[in-house]
Amino acid sequence: MEIKDSYELPLSKERVWAALNDEQFLKKSIPWCEKLERRSETELAAEVKLKIGPMSTRFTGNITLSDIDPPNGYTITGSGKGGIAGAASGSAKVKLIEDKATLSTTLSYEVSAQVKGKIAQLGSRLIQSTAKKLSKNFFGSFVKQLEDMDKS
Amino acid sequence: MTEVTKIDGIGSSVRRTEDKKFLTGKGRYTDDINRPGQVQAYFLRSDVAHAEIKSIDTKAAQSAPGVVGVFTGSDIAADKVGGPICGWVVPCRDGSSTKEPPHPLLAQGKVRFVGDAVAVVVAETMEQAKSAAELIDVDYNELTPVVDFVNADEGAQIHEEVPNNCYFDWELGDESATNKAIESAAKVVKLSVRNNRLVPNAMEPRSALAEYDSLDESYTLHTTSQNPHLTRLVLAAFMFAIPESKLRVIAPDVGGGFGSKIYVYIEEAVCVWASKKIGRPVKWTADRTQAFLTDCHGRDHVNDVQLALDENNKIIGLRVDTVCNLGAYLSAFSVVVPTILHGTLLSGQYDIPAIYTNVKGMATNTVNVDAYRGAGRPEATYLLERTMETAAKEVGMDPAEFRRINFIPKDAFPYQTQVALQYDIGDYEPHLDKAMEMIDYSNFEKRRAEAAKRGMYRGIGMSSYIEACGLAPSAVVGALGGRVGQWESASVRVNPTGTISVFTGSHSHGQGHATTFAQIVADKLGIPMENVEVIHGDTDKTPFGMGSYGSRSLASGGSAISKAVDKIINKSKKIAAHLLEASEDDIDFKDGKFVVGGTDKEKAFGEIALAAYVPHNYPLETLEPGLEENAFYDPTNFVFPSGTHIAEVEIDPATGVVEVVDWAACDDFGNLVNPMIVEGQVHGGIAQGIGQALLEDAHYDENGQLLTASYMDYCMPRADDLPSFKVGYTNTPCTHNDLGVKGCGEAGAIASPPALINAVIDALSPLGVTDMSMPATPQKVWKAIQESQSVAAE
Repeated sequence: MEIKDSYELPLSKERVWAALNDEQFLKKSIPWCEKLERRSETELAAEVKLKIGPMSTRFTGNITLSDIDPPNGYTITGSGKGGIAGAASGSAKVKLIEDKATLSTTLSYEVSAQVKGKIAQLGSRLIQSTAKKLSKNFFGSFVKQLEDMDKS
Repeated sequence: MTEVTKIDGIGSSVRRTEDKKFLTGKGRYTDDINRPGQVQAYFLRSDVAHAEIKSIDTKAAQSAPGVVGVFTGSDIAADKVGGPICGWVVPCRDGSSTKEPPHPLLAQGKVRFVGDAVAVVVAETMEQAKSAAELIDVDYNELTPVVDFVNADEGAQIHEEVPNNCYFDWELGDESATNKAIESAAKVVKLSVRNNRLVPNAMEPRSALAEYDSLDESYTLHTTSQNPHLTRLVLAAFMFAIPESKLRVIAPDVGGGFGSKIYVYIEEAVCVWASKKIGRPVKWTADRTQAFLTDCHGRDHVNDVQLALDENNKIIGLRVDTVCNLGAYLSAFSVVVPTILHGTLLSGQYDIPAIYTNVKGMATNTVNVDAYRGAGRPEATYLLERTMETAAKEVGMDPAEFRRINFIPKDAFPYQTQVALQYDIGDYEPHLDKAMEMIDYSNFEKRRAEAAKRGMYRGIGMSSYIEACGLAPSAVVGALGGRVGQWESASVRVNPTGTISVFTGSHSHGQGHATTFAQIVADKLGIPMENVEVIHGDTDKTPFGMGSYGSRSLASGGSAISKAVDKIINKSKKIAAHLLEASEDDIDFKDGKFVVGGTDKEKAFGEIALAAYVPHNYPLETLEPGLEENAFYDPTNFVFPSGTHIAEVEIDPATGVVEVVDWAACDDFGNLVNPMIVEGQVHGGIAQGIGQALLEDAHYDENGQLLTASYMDYCMPRADDLPSFKVGYTNTPCTHNDLGVKGCGEAGAIASPPALINAVIDALSPLGVTDMSMPATPQKVWKAIQESQSVAAE
């Protein structure tokens, strides 16, 4: 499954890049994230609780960062197990492009993902819409947090 | 039997006596049964299609709340319990036999499809078992899955024992004669068709409840089976190596099978094994997702067809090359379905002098594929009837007339086909004519023109099918690779007051045996149907029998009952002769009375029954007391129902939705015992065929994940997808059974898909559309319309 999307953020590229590499900040931007811990420069452990269609599942998994090109982007690769709901794995290429004129940064991502087990059987056609909804939520609170920080 | 006057005899549409309990929710299914101390089993299933198991850690699950036991493949192996077996194999072209890899009850070292059972958790409640299963950690080394069965020979090897993932490479017919016919033909019609993969979707999911009696060292298994005796035989003799007498199998009310409940699955065997291991009754019931994942699927063929015609449009040869998907393991009848039940049907209703077919059965990382309503015969009929329609259009003949000139003439019976079968009787023009009349075929073009005015595309399509059912005789079945007999049993017990208990080896899971079989007995003995009870489904009660599949219950099981009743009548005549002080030869039996010919001396059937059990005045020196007879009936041939179905559709070009607007089915099932039940079978069969043709498609993605594993993604036919069916009959009674009956259970599902797809193509033919694959979904039809219009625009 392939998901492609992009968001325009009213922030400088450096600012977005820094936030993208701050796991505490990220965790706060992901309401469904219950745990996000840095294990090394390139490795994180995560625990998220998701609802896909009729299923509500806690995923535990590892995330690896590669192709790190500050402040232009990186590739996130992850795999998670969701118990009897199945499992998911995939990678996302994240790119940041700044528009100096408007002082904004376009964050684009390309996800390729595989799902297994019940998620595939019951939710495959719901994943695309779920993923879109989740990423919208994420970027919404991502921007809002940065703005709140600016205010304070 | 010629005089059918009794309202509840043969030929009467008696209401089904079993429906009272079913319609009032009082049926007693396996999951309704509970035993004291019972625990629940839950199977942890693989969520990857193809992988080596590096390790399974069950420690956390073992100590989870309520857990009684957690077991894996190594526990099964330690107890040397065997897996399910293949009930029928065929020889390969190279002289080798079908490759039969082992099918362990729980995965050993490898998983081969999404749903393959890796471990079983037994706990006090199902919730506890499910929660504990989440704690099992399985470490997989994933392998490349094989999903595309047509190219499965190039994929990763699934079983050590199955090189190139090919279970068998089988052939039937005369290849050189057929190729010669194709080379010398005036015209060769070529077609490739795909028979889409289906999920059986019985209303009741599979279930098992196993109990071990340690004093008796015996097991009792309640299970959703179409054939409890075969289940007992396979479990006892091949899996557990115990005497059959130590295992009682009861298949109580069973909510539909359609073939999917013929086979012994791993779940019931694991429940039997665990019931002894744990010392408590163990129950398992599938939820709907498990049913999608683990019930054997149906169909999944691709067929390349070449039909050779002479200059008069007479068929001179037919070659069919088939590749079929059998899934991860060989299920019980998975091999016979695409070979013997498919290849032998290729002559259809037609006189074809040369036929050859090759079938390759492939292993893939998908669930097993086996018999589903029709089993091989729908696939054969689909490819043949699609080809007949295509050929008719290519040579510019009316499809009905093209069929007519190629029918086996009615004076040619018994007719020996070029693919092993010998049809005993048939007459094909009458059902073609009648079906055309029922649907008003001659005025179709007017209806097409009228629809066109409304902006709709209207089409008509037909299918003249033959079916070979009631597999027989046993010796032939054995010679063809079958490992079971194909006879059926009956035991008829006359009780002292003249009521009758009929014990049948057939099994009813929706067919209405309690009614139909009682009608046969009532008719033959001239007694009220209410006096006859039919008992089935319990190995402790019924004689060994083969159960129900392949439209065999009436032709084989009903004939066995008829034979047992004949024995009852013969013995009764002897008793009557004694009581009436007459010669046995002078006794006539009519309307339930034994009469001395030409006199008014008579004894009612009930009086004879009483005399047999209270033998105070009885010829004990020459005749045993009691009145109970068994019969084991091995038919001398298959039975051959046939018929013509014609479908009429309207397609809305704006949406691509196909509406089935009319349907005529004219079938020759021989004599009908209960026309209402037969009509119900025809309706159900057509509904399933319409489901296959328009809606249903089991789809695995390239990783072997089943994406259509719920009713959100797998579309079943509903009432509003179906028209009101016109049903009619012709009758050429079967020549080799006493009742003159054939089978009707599968015919609708066999006949309908090609008729409907032919109608869809006919509707779109003004646009130049010549092909359509199943299911003809609105998206596919809409695309075909758009593409034809863009071609026209160029």
